[in-house]
Amino acid sequence: MTQNSGKMQQHTVVALVYDRPGVLNRVVSMIRRRAFNIGSLAVGHSETPGLSRMTFVVEGDDSVLEQVTKQLRKLVDVVKVTDLKGVNAVYRELSLVRVSATATTRSEIIQIVDIFRANIVDVGHDSLIIEVTGDEDKLESLVTLLKPFGVLEIMRSGRLAMVRGISLESGQDSSANGVSGDVVSAPADEDQAKSTTLLPPG
Amino acid sequence: MKLNGGQMICQALLNEGVDTVFGIPGGAIMPLYQTLPQYPGLRHILVRHEQGASMAADGYGRVTGKVGVCFATSGPGATNLVTGLAGAMMDSVPMVAITGQVAREAIGTDAFQEADVTGVTLPVIKHNFLVMTAEELPRVMKEAFYLARTGRPGPVLVDVPKDVFVEEAEFEYPETVELPGYPPKMEGDPEAIKRAADLIAQAKRPVIFAGHGIIISEAYKELQEFAEKGQIPVTTTLLGIGSFKSDHVLNIGLPGMHGSAYANHMINESDLLIALGMRFDDRVTSKVSLFAPNAKVIHVDIDPAELGKNVKPTVAIVGDVKHVLKQLIPLVEKADRREWLSHIDELQRNHPLWFEDDDVLRPQDVIQEISDSTDGKAIIATGVGQHQMWAAQLYKFKEYNSFITSGGLGAMGFEVPSAMGAQVGLPDRVVWTIAGDGGFQMTLMELATMVENHIPVKIALINNNSLGMVRQWQDIFYNHDYVATLYSGNPDFVKLAEAYGLRGIKVTRKDEVGPAVKQAMEWNGPVLVDFQVEQTENVYPFIPPGTGLDNMVEDPRLVKKRVR
Repeated sequence: MTQNSGKMQQHTVVALVYDRPGVLNRVVSMIRRRAFNIGSLAVGHSETPGLSRMTFVVEGDDSVLEQVTKQLRKLVDVVKVTDLKGVNAVYRELSLVRVSATATTRSEIIQIVDIFRANIVDVGHDSLIIEVTGDEDKLESLVTLLKPFGVLEIMRSGRLAMVRGISLESGQDSSANGVSGDVVSAPADEDQAKSTTLLPPG
Repeated sequence: MKLNGGQMICQALLNEGVDTVFGIPGGAIMPLYQTLPQYPGLRHILVRHEQGASMAADGYGRVTGKVGVCFATSGPGATNLVTGLAGAMMDSVPMVAITGQVAREAIGTDAFQEADVTGVTLPVIKHNFLVMTAEELPRVMKEAFYLARTGRPGPVLVDVPKDVFVEEAEFEYPETVELPGYPPKMEGDPEAIKRAADLIAQAKRPVIFAGHGIIISEAYKELQEFAEKGQIPVTTTLLGIGSFKSDHVLNIGLPGMHGSAYANHMINESDLLIALGMRFDDRVTSKVSLFAPNAKVIHVDIDPAELGKNVKPTVAIVGDVKHVLKQLIPLVEKADRREWLSHIDELQRNHPLWFEDDDVLRPQDVIQEISDSTDGKAIIATGVGQHQMWAAQLYKFKEYNSFITSGGLGAMGFEVPSAMGAQVGLPDRVVWTIAGDGGFQMTLMELATMVENHIPVKIALINNNSLGMVRQWQDIFYNHDYVATLYSGNPDFVKLAEAYGLRGIKVTRKDEVGPAVKQAMEWNGPVLVDFQVEQTENVYPFIPPGTGLDNMVEDPRLVKKRVR
């Protein structure tokens, strides 16, 4: 028998869930009780009324990723789960950064903001709020450059992800690639894909 | 048709084929209770503690395969259900619990007898609903029953505020459910099944692990056909006992922590494990990295999340095990595995399940006698601990699905209420509960329920005046340091039984066991036999946790004999 010995990685998982009271609690409760590590979680309405979309950043090896997606699928209020491992997708995160700025440092900060195509959304007597969108690397690079000026506060939205060009159905089924070795079959996502036809109109 | 919420629930229960409900009323659920007389098709059994209601519904659900139903009021009533619900979840038992909740406008105000029951139960059950309008009730009830009994069965809770029970709305019971996020998959992937058949054909030393899934899907015939065609020995997990006839030559019995030494040796020598509707619980595998080190694994389960959770399968098949076996059997070739089977015979001869047979009254004597006297045809309900393991090892089940035990949760106190529920579900069967004196005292108030409702359960109290399994661990791992395990103030259980209106029989000597069991069987009503057994008896073999299956410890008395 082979044991999974994958290294710690970050994976992105997108779940389509019912927009009902308590659904977030169900999802988070499952994640807590099974001791999964979540790097970030972003939730918002989807294109379909009555359904929300959640983007999870899951930390762990392949077997953790596999379990997270399978356990998410078991929740009755979770309609569909897509694991973006190996999928060409757009990843974005929004961050608000309050940085201290004096008359002497302000123009230098503005230069950095411009290079990062970020925006200044608030100007105070001794600080600025910068809004920046991008992947995590970009956000972190900006913060690193701003540190010498004095970063006072950071707010991050958590990662959002969307597959490029084609629909999410092409996202890999984690259960097919998550089990190590010569697995030939694992739970398919077909039923879940099929069942999207049953979704509320919208 | 306009109905109020309480009427809707009763009507939905009837539509779902429910005839029995276990429960206790209270303020918040009173409007539902006061509706019950309008529905004479629903038998309500008034238990004495809500834990008894959920555990009785569990026993009922296991033996009948129908959904067990329990009622409790808000707050303490509902929180008392929780242990029974958690046990039903761990052991995949279909159950629906209806709980009263404080009135809608009082929710969240810390009202009298308010508890966040959907929050409390969320992590330990399959699904739950808080019903905020009567209009939703028909759909919710339909979904609750559908979820409870389909896929991997489990408990579902419906929490209903007091004023929703009296609110009126149109009642139209839905024919179907719309749960797009919940697709139980019945058929296995044909390609995977083909691959599994190839592995079976190549295997020299295959072993079938038959779990609770065989019983839930009633795949008894298929399992037997599969095992016989491939000449593959079958080991039945704790909850798989009763999935395969115990007198069948291919039945090798219980694996794992207190399984037989021969079964564990067989597993560790195996080159292919075929796991059918089981989940590689830690009591089965012990240390996973040392478990069946040379074996490939075919794992069939209806719950995809079980595949690869504990043991990584070579071939994973999601599906209902009955369907999958039907697909697999035609692809399995008739095989000759005489060499492997005769090796297992030899293991059985060299490492028998053994206990000391002398003049002392030992717990094993009692179980052996009950097994013989009932001809292996009783339903056996147990609590958790030593008596449970001896029952699993020694009772020779000749009927399918007749062992009712709290496996995953390991909830002491399960013995009496689950036996009660099983007897109510199958009134024509003989039901014995093999109880420990520890667990018995956690739910013994249900003796009153048994007497009141003429439920003729036979109780074999394996009374060693201690929490035997913990005491055993103290013997082995804590140098006989008996902290908080020995009782010095147990009641006179015979008098206690008689006070409740049961027949009580005391047994202190080995030669009294046979006659006492006979008397109990002949008594037309519930009876308790207090078997005052040897306190120091330990369960063997056992595997110290964190080690491999081949590290098992056999009974030192047996080992001594062998050396001699």
